[in-house]
Amino acid sequence: MSALLEVDAVDVSYGDAQALFGLSVTVAEGETLAVIGANGAGKSTLLKTVAGVVRPRRGDVRLDGASLSGVPAHRRVGRGIAMSPEGRRLFPSLTVEENLLVGAHSRRPGPWALDAVYALFPLVAERRARSAANLSGGEQQAVAIGRALMANPRLLLLDEVSLGLAPVVVAQLYAALPQITAQGTTVLVVEQDVHQALAVADRVQCLLEGRTVLEGPADRVDTAALSAAYFGVDA
Amino acid sequence: MSWVNAVVQGILLGGLYALVAAGLSLVFGVMRIVNLAHGVLAVLAAFGAYVLGDTLGLHPFLALLVVVPVMAAVGYGLQRGLLNRALGGGELAPLLVTFGLAVVLQNALLEAFSADSRRLDLGSLGTASIPVTDGLAVGVFPLLAAVTGVVVIAAIGQFLARTATGRAMRATSDDRDAAALMGIDGRHLYGVATAIALATVAIAGVFLGARSTFDPAAGGTTLIFAFEAVVIGGLGSLWGTLLGGVVLGVAQAVGAAVDPAYGVLAGHVVFLVVLATRPRGLLPSAVTA
Ligand SMILES: Nc1ncnc2c1ncn2[C@@H]1O[C@H](COP(=O)(O)OP(=O)(O)OP(=O)(O)O)[C@@H](O)[C@H]1O
Ligand SMILES: [Mg+2]
Repeated sequence: MSALLEVDAVDVSYGDAQALFGLSVTVAEGETLAVIGANGAGKSTLLKTVAGVVRPRRGDVRLDGASLSGVPAHRRVGRGIAMSPEGRRLFPSLTVEENLLVGAHSRRPGPWALDAVYALFPLVAERRARSAANLSGGEQQAVAIGRALMANPRLLLLDEVSLGLAPVVVAQLYAALPQITAQGTTVLVVEQDVHQALAVADRVQCLLEGRTVLEGPADRVDTAALSAAYFGVDA
Repeated sequence: MSWVNAVVQGILLGGLYALVAAGLSLVFGVMRIVNLAHGVLAVLAAFGAYVLGDTLGLHPFLALLVVVPVMAAVGYGLQRGLLNRALGGGELAPLLVTFGLAVVLQNALLEAFSADSRRLDLGSLGTASIPVTDGLAVGVFPLLAAVTGVVVIAAIGQFLARTATGRAMRATSDDRDAAALMGIDGRHLYGVATAIALATVAIAGVFLGARSTFDPAAGGTTLIFAFEAVVIGGLGSLWGTLLGGVVLGVAQAVGAAVDPAYGVLAGHVVFLVVLATRPRGLLPSAVTA
């Protein structure tokens, strides 16, 4: 498998506060990578760096071998990177369907369109005419994922799908993931919920304070070592 | 009868005010900028039509075919070159930049055209009227101005509601960073919004210039009336702006019917009363723009 995404030794700072320290992440085409870590580990910063919302001070981000430095966030969507951001960030003055249509703004061809998203999330189909401001958290998250899919991404970035949701709802949302990866989509998911992350991912990478402290195949990772790495204590 | 007449004339005047205010309302709704150069830009468009009439003999309405696209292009360039930068500079920066622009434009117009008053000549259209009953006649020109105001507001509303670009504009107005994650280039979209706004300003300027005399300093009053219409109606609401224009127009016309000196004052008083009692306006927007 060749690498679709290469995050190569990036330093990212917010003003004086550095969030990522020479962090490298590689995701192969078709693979699902889960990045886990505690609050403030730098997971969202990693995804924002890939999406182009924040710029690394050092290092490079490459898609399919081509550097994305100098490519603004809105152009990266056309290259095939779509994100469901932390906190969902739906457009509250638009309906559910309009939110999905905005996701298709870049007009990338591919399998995902309104019908396919509605088939994936039947509940979203029922709410299509509603204002996105009047949805439950789980519904909002489903719309956010569907909206990202509408861009027909090669690389789908999911930031904390489980945030603030009941476990049963989280399980329902993640149950949709196999149908997404079946289309050949590469997925980079960020989670605080370690069990959920291990269940859906091929590989897992654990961050602590902006650095990688553990990585390995999701089915063979030592959970004791993982929880030690997660909290930053020596196993 | 004179009261009915005043109200009818006021409603028509309100349609014209809505036309003048539509662009101000759109720009505020989409990017939260109060464009203080709005009035002067309308005067600029009126001078554009004046020059075309003076040199080529074009009727003001034919001149619109030139003035509208030129002003739209100016709007796009203004947004991309100046206002987008100002937007990154905090709340006050766009206000100061548009204020500076208004001052510069007004002085440039003064240099180019002197302080003389001009008027766009509509020919027979300017004086034609339709008798409704005894004592009540509706001028063709005020009617045309009001209808144009309604059509422009409705067209912008449909554009925002139904087109992909309009949808992207509403999304950007909600959350610009999230919109960028959808592939939307906020700088371009803001450029399009200001282009549309200045296209409507061009139409408004020509109507204003045909309705009464104008000079390079006329932008101030124009801005104030437009601003009052937007605020009375509710910031960010297009149909509110139409309602605000009509309320302002009726207040001015009824005030003037009491005593010609009270017309403008009555408008200001109604504006203040609305601001004091319903600070969010008569139709505060549930939906942006
Ligand atoms: N916009 C910002 N401005 C300043 N500092 C920030 C900003 N966003 C994040 N940080 C800081 O960068 C570090 C990494 O934050 P990040 O949001 O990437 O963590 P995270 O792993 O996603 O955490 P969480 O699980 O809480 O979402 C933290 O120390 C955080 O305080
Ligand atoms: Mg986060």
